[in-house]
Amino acid sequence: MNDVLILAEVKEGSLDLRTLELFGAGKRLAGNSGGFSVVLLGDVVSGAADEAASYGPDTVYKVEHPLLKGFQPDLWLAALEQACREIEPKVLLMSHAFVGRELGPRLACRLNTRLTTDCIDLSMDPEDGRLLRTKPVSGGNAISVFKCPGEPQMATVRAKVFSPHEPGTGSGATVEIQPKIDESMIRAESLEVVKEDVVALDKADVVVAGGAGLGEEDGFELLEELAEALRKPFGNVMIGCSRVAVDKGWISSDHQVGLTGTMISPDIYVAVGISGAIQHLVGMVHSKKIVAINTDPACNMFKVSDYGVVEDYEEIVPALVEKLKEVS
Amino acid sequence: MTALKIIVCAKQIPDPEAPLSDVSVDAENLEVIVDAPQVISPFDENALEAAVRIKEASDAHISVLSLGGKVSDTVLRKTLAAGADELILLEDDAFEKLDSHSTAAALMAAVRKIGAYDLILTGRQAGDWDSGQVGLILGELLDIPCIHLAREIAVEDGSVMVKKSLPDGYERVKAPLPALVTVSNEVGELRYISRTKMLKMIRGARSIPSWSMGDVGVEEDALQKMGISSLSSPPDMGRDCRLLEGSPEEQAEKLVEVFMSLR
Repeated sequence: MNDVLILAEVKEGSLDLRTLELFGAGKRLAGNSGGFSVVLLGDVVSGAADEAASYGPDTVYKVEHPLLKGFQPDLWLAALEQACREIEPKVLLMSHAFVGRELGPRLACRLNTRLTTDCIDLSMDPEDGRLLRTKPVSGGNAISVFKCPGEPQMATVRAKVFSPHEPGTGSGATVEIQPKIDESMIRAESLEVVKEDVVALDKADVVVAGGAGLGEEDGFELLEELAEALRKPFGNVMIGCSRVAVDKGWISSDHQVGLTGTMISPDIYVAVGISGAIQHLVGMVHSKKIVAINTDPACNMFKVSDYGVVEDYEEIVPALVEKLKEVS
Repeated sequence: MTALKIIVCAKQIPDPEAPLSDVSVDAENLEVIVDAPQVISPFDENALEAAVRIKEASDAHISVLSLGGKVSDTVLRKTLAAGADELILLEDDAFEKLDSHSTAAALMAAVRKIGAYDLILTGRQAGDWDSGQVGLILGELLDIPCIHLAREIAVEDGSVMVKKSLPDGYERVKAPLPALVTVSNEVGELRYISRTKMLKMIRGARSIPSWSMGDVGVEEDALQKMGISSLSSPPDMGRDCRLLEGSPEEQAEKLVEVFMSLR
């Protein structure tokens, strides 16, 4: 009997922190009566399987195949579908990240069940044992609880809302599942993977972010000057942006803060010319201090800020850079 | 060569960029009430932009499909002004608040009614429920190759070539047509449409077909609602904002004091 199954992901040789958070969610969901199990896909997953076993799951399912090296969605989907049909979990959880966002909906369709994405809470309805899936909707303007038919009951879980599970005593079984996959199942073929230098916004102490209010691409040069001036007193200062700035082609998407970008909580967030669409606010509202610079005193950003300057950024930012140089 | 047939799925939603004060939650009736103008969901606009660029590069015919309980052709005629050749509304009370799977099933029925197609483009997720499922499920239901999160799309020799966004770069992916591609905002915003052009399209005599559930041959029993069991307002995110007064120099000085106090 398998209550809660978790799709574990491996990063740089060990279990992803998001996976440990899922273990925490899974353990809580299963309660005292039941346990959680783990499924791992890849070409070689033995190391990760041993690591997963140390967290005390009932079972660790190893789905190993040479073709599962790297994330080829069509093959991962086929292998995971086969594993689910064999394991028959009541609940299946994945991280709301790159792999889960793509596999989740497609797998739910193949298993003829329903998925709720980006959940921030999960619980069991004591009346009927159905999964209650709590998810922010309307970009975060409302919180909705969904209850859906079908099994497995599927959810992708937002990062950092559950505490990572602590290692326990590993006594669970390891079961190997041999996926029946071959190259003919690849429908979308990967030609090349191109790595790019991306900013790790979630590691920044201070983020200086720009939006549509900058008016033009060159506005980010001014923000970079401000970031540079802040680096002396603060160290790790990075440039962020709103979705609109990416849409306009002013800056690459690794700088994007918000629901479909990075969710961050730096010591200081400086929002320049960002009016504050809710999908942006949910990505930065937990910053320790928020400073807004905007010409529109009625905009959303001031409502979530600690300090505000109602002024054209082209006036205030250069003045700010000068003053910072004087004091540091 | 015959024209490439592209279908873009575009959803009409209340403006997701609306001020916070325009949004309220009716917990009793399980409704999010947004007192803002209706717009096309932003990622769907990105999808349309991608389609129009393909059309500029080669001969293509773009159909826009929009599903909902009530759909306004005034909002969606913008797609025609932007370069779409055809707009089809999928409108039925039964389409209200469908779950992702049922939405995809209804769209599939409409795609089948349209007939032959080469490429389907959808936004990566809608700006109201932020589920991010309909496009991918539609691809599964149609049993065609599916590529998620495109930042660039081109069609060459019967294949779609996509730059798919990765967390640390991108992947070049190729699939034979027909295929479905979900589009991310890196593609770029929908081109500017002049007010004159927009008004001309809205006031135009052109009639927009509207298909009901029966027209596309979907049974009401096959459609499921989202299954909302409760709805609430999010925790208050508001803070007391201290506005810094004075000339830009004085404001800058005060702000530097703030920064230094946070060091």
